[in-house]
Parts: sequence; structure tokens; C-alpha cells
Amino acid sequence: MIGIENIIFLVVAAVGIGLFVWQIRKIRKNVLMGRDTVLADNPSERLSKVLLVAFGQQKMFKRMLPAVLHLFVYVGFLVINIEVIEILIDGVFGTHRILGFAGVLYSGLMFINEILAALVIVACAVFLWRRNVTKVPRLANGVEMRAWPKLDANIILVVEIVLMLALFVFNISDLKLAQLRGTHIAGAYPISSLFVNALGSDPETLYMAGRIGWWFHILGILAFMNYLPSSKHFHIIMAFPNVYYSKLLPKGKFTTNPAITHEIKAMLDPSYQPPAPEVDAEGNMVIQRFGAKDVEDLAWKQLMDAYTCTECGRCTSVCPANITGKLLSPRKIVMDTRDRMEEKGEHPAIFAPNHYKELGVERVHVTEENTLLRGYITPEELWACTTCNACVESCPVNIDQLSTIMDLRRYLVLEESAAPASLNAMFTNIENNGAPWAFSPADRFNWAEELYMPSKN
Amino acid sequence: MAEMAASGEEPEILFWVGCAGAFDDRYKRVTRAFVQILEHVGVKYAVLGTEESCTGDPAKRAGNEFLFQMQAITNIEVMNAYNVKKIVTACPHCFNTIKNEYPDLGGNYKVIHHSTFLQQLINEGKVHVKGGEAFQGRRITYHDSCYLGRANNIYEAPREVLAALDADLVEMKRSRANGLCCGAGGAQMFKEPEPGRKDINIERTEEALATLGTAGNSVIATACPFCMVMMNDGVKNKDQEENVQVFDIAELVAQAEGLSK
Ligand code: SF4
Ligand code: SF4
Repeated sequence: MIGIENIIFLVVAAVGIGLFVWQIRKIRKNVLMGRDTVLADNPSERLSKVLLVAFGQQKMFKRMLPAVLHLFVYVGFLVINIEVIEILIDGVFGTHRILGFAGVLYSGLMFINEILAALVIVACAVFLWRRNVTKVPRLANGVEMRAWPKLDANIILVVEIVLMLALFVFNISDLKLAQLRGTHIAGAYPISSLFVNALGSDPETLYMAGRIGWWFHILGILAFMNYLPSSKHFHIIMAFPNVYYSKLLPKGKFTTNPAITHEIKAMLDPSYQPPAPEVDAEGNMVIQRFGAKDVEDLAWKQLMDAYTCTECGRCTSVCPANITGKLLSPRKIVMDTRDRMEEKGEHPAIFAPNHYKELGVERVHVTEENTLLRGYITPEELWACTTCNACVESCPVNIDQLSTIMDLRRYLVLEESAAPASLNAMFTNIENNGAPWAFSPADRFNWAEELYMPSKN
Repeated sequence: MAEMAASGEEPEILFWVGCAGAFDDRYKRVTRAFVQILEHVGVKYAVLGTEESCTGDPAKRAGNEFLFQMQAITNIEVMNAYNVKKIVTACPHCFNTIKNEYPDLGGNYKVIHHSTFLQQLINEGKVHVKGGEAFQGRRITYHDSCYLGRANNIYEAPREVLAALDADLVEMKRSRANGLCCGAGGAQMFKEPEPGRKDINIERTEEALATLGTAGNSVIATACPFCMVMMNDGVKNKDQEENVQVFDIAELVAQAEGLSK
């Protein structure tokens, strides 16, 4: 029974999926602007992290209410996708509820589906409330929370509600039609059967409502898929690879730069042979930049972080610098990285509304320089960080905000010698006295004399 | 260390004193308390004395990777020459750097923070903190050091040490993995804070004071020299020196054991 509707469907689906693949390739390209790092050790530990943190939502549960609501939306999304498979098959082959043969299993699936769909609606409504009415501070405040991030969040919540409603319209019309015809349809529909008369009893209208519900659903999904790469909701895909590639080492271990090690070893021991300098494809020496000034100086994982950020602000809300009113906001660092990457990358997604650099008074005064450092992130923000790792700990999708902050700091110090004066004084003290304070190394043992003095007297 | 090496002896542990432990007047008392404990239990230990130099932690966190590696490589050469195997330190910053960052540069040691070390001594019965009247009924709250806690997952050792005292241990709202930084890490110790509403150590001290209540004679326990400075400053800023004292866990153990007042 393949008709014109099915052919239209096929074309639409192919365009939708093609567009999505095209966008993903652009994002991949953007991420690969970053430095190479190998992060593939310990696959079993990485997989178990993915299970716990990404599938298991482990870190979400630091805050109960949003965690439970988010769980509804997340499980709803996963389960309802099973029905999407059916919708796709039905769409292509002109069948109707093709999986209905599964009997009890199908009934169970439909039953759970409807319950979850209802919970998703409830959760999204509460989320809208929290964002727009009670204005949870971490969602509402912050320089980085400009018009687009706020609109983006609201769009997705409303769309999700509408999609769920479409699902119900589709089910209700099916149910009512079956009732009118005196037939039985496969599946159990606890919610729709409550509203079975909501759409009247004109078969023509019901049929149309069913088709509209069906088309709406599938078009909605295709549109949603293509909207994702421009939105923070891209995290529903990126969370998985991002958690897989997250840091397994202790949070306190910062990266070591081997180029510097070679340099120092050669300085201390003239007979030391550093390895041959890296060359690029044309045989030119690759000039090492110490630290990061722009996105291509960051590692690809740090750029992937930027595409994974859900803009939830959990990091910023636990950041001691931010809590006490300093300019630093770890979420802003991550969002800036994404904005800059999409500005610089030759291949932005379909539309690139992420840039929050809007007209108006900026609280963070960036320069005209066209780089991540200074053009987006100011030294003042960077110097406020205590490297406490609270942001890293709090992030539900294992983003390492601190590593980016550190790389930018390193650039300030190693390439520009632009540390605050007091830090330069500290450096000098370490160089000259082996301590960050201006004490003589000869006095290092004085505490012991003071200790034994009383017994000697 | 040099003396021991000269007489052909090898210590069981190297006590890494750290710059604060050597130079900060308040924190020198912690160094002495810890040494008294070491002497008391009769561990064969040594210190590097004037051969010790800054681990490079503040340089590294401030972004000066070059200076950090200079320090690290020099320290590693000294320690490797003495065949050091096991290091104990009271400073979480030294602990973190030597444990996590020195191996990349050729320094491989078993590194223990003094909180873990003290916990072991108590478990082994070598230190009996119980029975003293010193802490009965006093309220103590423990402030987590970021470099011990989040950076290295050590949350329980210092708490178990405190639990061994007969004190009334109370937790702040932000504790363990959710603990709030004292404001000194990442080389903040060596510069003025960036402009903001208030300083981080004040925010944290306010939280500690609210937790301890107004009973008086209570203690903020720390396990890090930087935390100690910051909390002390905070307590002074709030004019609470009469009611609240800041002690390192080593000092508390030494007091309970009657090794110092
Ligand atoms: S590590 Fe830096 S950015 Fe992250 S929470 Fe701590 S102070 Fe804030
Ligand atoms: S970095 Fe992580 S915690 Fe911070 S806003 Fe993004 S997703 Fe949330």
C-alpha cells in the first residue's frame, strides 16, 4: 500500500537525516581544530563511566528535584524512540502499528509510553516554571545567559510538550476510530483512553487528526534533530562521547608539557639529547605555543566539552569565585569556547545563534582582539580561579572547565609574561629562594631549632 | 637527611615539610606538632632541611609551567640521590604535586598525606587520642581542603582522625565533594583577590561560624597550611578569636596525646 504519502515521507526523512549528517561533519571538523591528544586508555573504566554518568545520570542526582524531572524526560526520550522506529516503518511501508503483533509486549510498551509522555509533559512544565517564573538563579543569571541561551531552553521545552501532545492526538484518534468501527487495536493506552472522546466522533476528522498527529510527530523529530547542533540540547548526543573521553586521572593532576621538560633537561645537562622537533607535512618546524590563546591551542577534548555543555550553570553556582561576586563563571568559559569555535570554524551549523555577544552593556569588557583570550575571556576572569575543581566535580556531563582556564593562564604567563605583579614577585622568590616567600633558604630548618630549644635549655 | 645518608642509614619516611611548614610562623607549630608525633611513635624519619625547595605547586597553578618543572626536576634529583621511597607531608599542595605530577618528570614515590598517616597510627593503636578530657563536648567542624578532597578523593581520613577525639563533630553544609574552597588555592594565596562582593575566606568562615554556633571554645579543623591561614584571617576578620580556634589535625592529635598544650 505504498502511496504518494509514503514517497513524500521518504524524501522528507532522507533530507532530514542528510542534513543532520552534514551538520555533524561540520561539528566534527570544528572539534578537530583542537590539538591532538590521545585519550583511549582504559576502555573498560571509560565504558563504566559512560554507564554511570551518561546513562545512569549519576551526577545529576546531586540535586534531587531537577534530577527526577530530568530522568522523566530522559527515560521518556529513550522509550518513546522505540515507538519512533515503528512510526518510521509505518511511514515507509504504509503499514499501521506494525509492531502490534508483539501482543502483551506491545501493550506494555504503549502503556509505559503513555505514562512517560504524561510525565514528560509535567516535567517540562515544571522546568518552564523554574526558568521563567521562580527564576532559579543559576538558570536565569549570569552574563553568559543572554537572549539565545534562554530562548533556546524555552523553545525546546515547549516543543517537547507539543510533541508529546501530538503523540496523544495520534493515539486518541486511533482509539476512537477503532471504537467507532467496533474493531480492536493493539496496545494499551491508559491516558488516551481517558480522553477518547476529546476529538469528537466524526470519522473523517478523526482520521485527519490521526494523520496530522502522525506527520507532526515525525516532522517534529526530524526538525528537532536538525535543531540540536545549534542548541545546548546537543548534549543528549554529546554527553556519551564526552563522558567516555573524560579525565580518569586524579583531578589534582594538571597536564605536563613535555617540550618544556626537554628544554629544562637540556639546560641542566648539556649532554642531554632532546628529541627532534616536530615538523609539519611540508617539513617546516612546528612552532610550539605554550598554553592557549585561541581555540586551536586547546585539545580537541576541550572543544568537545564546549559542544557538550548543557548550560545548566551547576559549575558556576558552586564556583567560589562566582559565589563571592568575581567575574569568573566557568560556564561562561565553556560557552565562550563554543562561540569562538563556531566563529572561527569555516563550517557553522545550519544557523549559528549561539553567539551571545549582543549589543548592550557587557559586564565583561572584552577587547576587539579576534581570539578566545581577550576577545571573549578576560585575564581578570582567569586570575580569579582558585583551581578548586568544584566546577569539574559538579558538571553532570564531565566537562573539565579548569583545564581550559589553566591553558589560557599558561599562555598569559609563558608567552606574554602577563601575570599580576604579585605573582611575578612570587615567581622570583621561588627562583631565588626556593620558596614563594622572600625567606632565605638557609632559614628553612629553623623550625627544628625552635623545636629542640626548650629541651636544650 | 644528609646526616643519615652520611652514616649509611636509610629512613623509613621522608617528612616533606613544605614552604609554609618551614617559614610560616603559625604553621611552624603544625610542623613541630607533627614531628612530636613522629618522635612519639618512634618512626625512623628524616627531613631534607635546607636541601628542600618549593615543590613548584604555586608556580604551576599560576601558569608558570617552566618554573614548576625547574623546581620539580631539581627536587627529584635530590630525592632520587637519597633513594627516597616514601614521603609524608602535611601540605595537600605538596602532596598532590609530588604524588601526581612528579612521576611524569621521573619522581616516583609513595606519597602519603599526614591525615592518612595519622589515621593509620590511630588504627594501629600507636597513638591513643581517646581518654583525654581535652576535647570532650567541644564542637569541631572540619574544612575540606580542595587539594586533598576533590583533587585526590581524601575525605574520610581527616574525619576519622577527628572522630577519634571525644569531640562533637559537626559538618558544614558544603562539605566533602561539595566543599567550598578557602580561597587560597591556585596561587591565590600570593595575590590580592579579584574584585568581588566579598573574599572567599570570609564566605567560608561565615559558614563555619554558623555551623559551630555560639557555644564558644569551638574549633575549625584544617589539614592544609593555606586553609589554616585563610580560616584564621576569616576568624580574625569576624572578631571571633575568643570563641573559635583554628587547628591543624596534627595539632589536635598532639594535644590529645599530651605532646603539646
Ligand atoms: S576551579 Fe576555578 S572555575 Fe572551577 S569552581 Fe573552582 S574557582 Fe571556579
Ligand atoms: S560546564 Fe557542565 S556544569 Fe557547567 S553549565 Fe555546562 S554542563 Fe552545566
